Amino acid sequence: MTADGSDSAAALADAVRRGERSARSVVEAALGGIAARDPELHAFLHVAADGARADADAVDEKVRAGEDPGPLAGVPVALKDNLCTRGIPTTCASRILEGWRPPYDATVVTRLRDAGAVVVGKTNLDEFAMGSSTENSCMGPTRHPMDPSRVPGGSSGGSAAAVGAGLVPLGLGSDTGGSVRQPAALCGVVGMKPTYGVVSRYGLVAFASSLDQIGPFARSVADAALLLEVIAGHDPKDSTCLDRPAPEAMRSLDVGVEGLRVGVCEELVADTAPDVSRRVREAAEDLAGTGALVEEVSVPEMRLGLSAYYLIAPAEASSNLARYDGVRYGLRVDAPDVAQMNTATRTAGFGPEVKRRIMLGTYALSAGYYDAYYGKAQRVRTLLIRAFDRVYEQFDVLIGATAPTTAFAIGERVADPLTMYLSDVCTIPSNLSGHPAISVPFGAGDDGLPVGVQVLAPALCEERMFQVAAALERLAAARARPARGEGRR
Amino acid sequence: MSEPPALGRDDVAHVAGLARLSLSEEELDTFTGQLARVIDHARDVSSLDVHDVPPTAHPLPVRNVLRTDDPCPGLDRGEVLAAAPDVEDGRFKVPRIVGEAP
Repeated sequence: MTADGSDSAAALADAVRRGERSARSVVEAALGGIAARDPELHAFLHVAADGARADADAVDEKVRAGEDPGPLAGVPVALKDNLCTRGIPTTCASRILEGWRPPYDATVVTRLRDAGAVVVGKTNLDEFAMGSSTENSCMGPTRHPMDPSRVPGGSSGGSAAAVGAGLVPLGLGSDTGGSVRQPAALCGVVGMKPTYGVVSRYGLVAFASSLDQIGPFARSVADAALLLEVIAGHDPKDSTCLDRPAPEAMRSLDVGVEGLRVGVCEELVADTAPDVSRRVREAAEDLAGTGALVEEVSVPEMRLGLSAYYLIAPAEASSNLARYDGVRYGLRVDAPDVAQMNTATRTAGFGPEVKRRIMLGTYALSAGYYDAYYGKAQRVRTLLIRAFDRVYEQFDVLIGATAPTTAFAIGERVADPLTMYLSDVCTIPSNLSGHPAISVPFGAGDDGLPVGVQVLAPALCEERMFQVAAALERLAAARARPARGEGRR
Repeated sequence: MSEPPALGRDDVAHVAGLARLSLSEEELDTFTGQLARVIDHARDVSSLDVHDVPPTAHPLPVRNVLRTDDPCPGLDRGEVLAAAPDVEDGRFKVPRIVGEAP
């Protein structure tokens, strides 16, 4: 059971494997919940009901035949709609890909299916994962599961809202600058970004290739660990995917934090709203109370992360999105020659935020400005990595806020892109460094909406990160100050 | 190194052309204001002296990743072409390529 009493993914899979529940009944319940709740939430762009039923029946057939359908047997999963699914629309919430059905599955999708999981649908996102609120979707925004006037965060807001509303126990998103962790924090669920290279990016529609990682959403730390173990591990189809076994994330959950050196990162606390920083301080106190060695630490280089990120990520995006040219797939707007056709297609197909990022990236890479912007941002990236290396000589993990505020109102930040970009300030450093980080729900803000505490760890130290995350989850439960049920509805 | 100049309307028009995007006059004004704010914020990076720090293009120290050259089936050609806006004789079809210089 998870903290709110719903079935955990692990419990559902156990029940299905033992034949106590059919995968079909689990999937029907999820589809029923989506039909009832999603018209308001708009977490899903596509519900693959027929395929989900067929996949569930196949799992049940395996159980009847005495075969093991896998560790996620019959568990409904929602996929961010930038993960390729063979024969199922994959739009990236962009007009330019409307109606496209990929001819192949992403590696994570293959691994989910091999583990017995059932894909129930594709979830809403900021167009091409560019945004922090899911408002940049060409299909309209997703609403926060606890307050429909607020955003769920983003860019993986659809998956976060679907898991947060209890429509599915598990979801996948992608995290380029915080797009899994930030919506997880806002929606009161667990979300994590693995070390760069731990999960294959094959079949993830590319945004910024040196930053992108696929990560899990779940309602408990244990379920997030289970999902990571299923999707991680070497894949020859992604040359940046590390040739090493998947992290044994489940193993460390019950270890506790005694003697562990925890740094409370000043830069991830100072610039956050008072009700958010209060929760981070409580988390630090509680960790100290259970035997961790907690100290404050400053990593001033983190303050350069936002600017470096908003040069590097758009630069890579401008290159990656050059492929949308109206030739091989997706939208084409007819014109007399190829150059005009390219321009007409891209002008009609991309929304304003995607155009902003493409232009920003093209500018940062253009002749005369390359050294001043992209070149310097890459050097600052080195400075940040060195700063982390230095801090991790003294600390085993760092903690801080995941997002500067709780969920904000729909429309509040759309007029000013820079204000929206600041929503990612706490999550960006881990993408630039390639390190793992996880957001764990820890109490609520003054508005009654969830607050997430982030745990950052050195590269490939997922097991230690999950160890601390699981402890935080227990400590949050012990404080018994639920994010739901009190305050607003 | 001297600091780069502020981003202006001509810069936005120039990069839009490079990126094959067409902007209305109104869009050009809006985007110029928004992008100039972001570039201005980036002065904390662009004003730093970091010439002695090597750049990081990628978080992993991996080099020359190769896999064994085993033949395996590719994507189905019919399935791939079925997703294209226009095809002819098993190929992608596009409008005129050669013509007046742009």
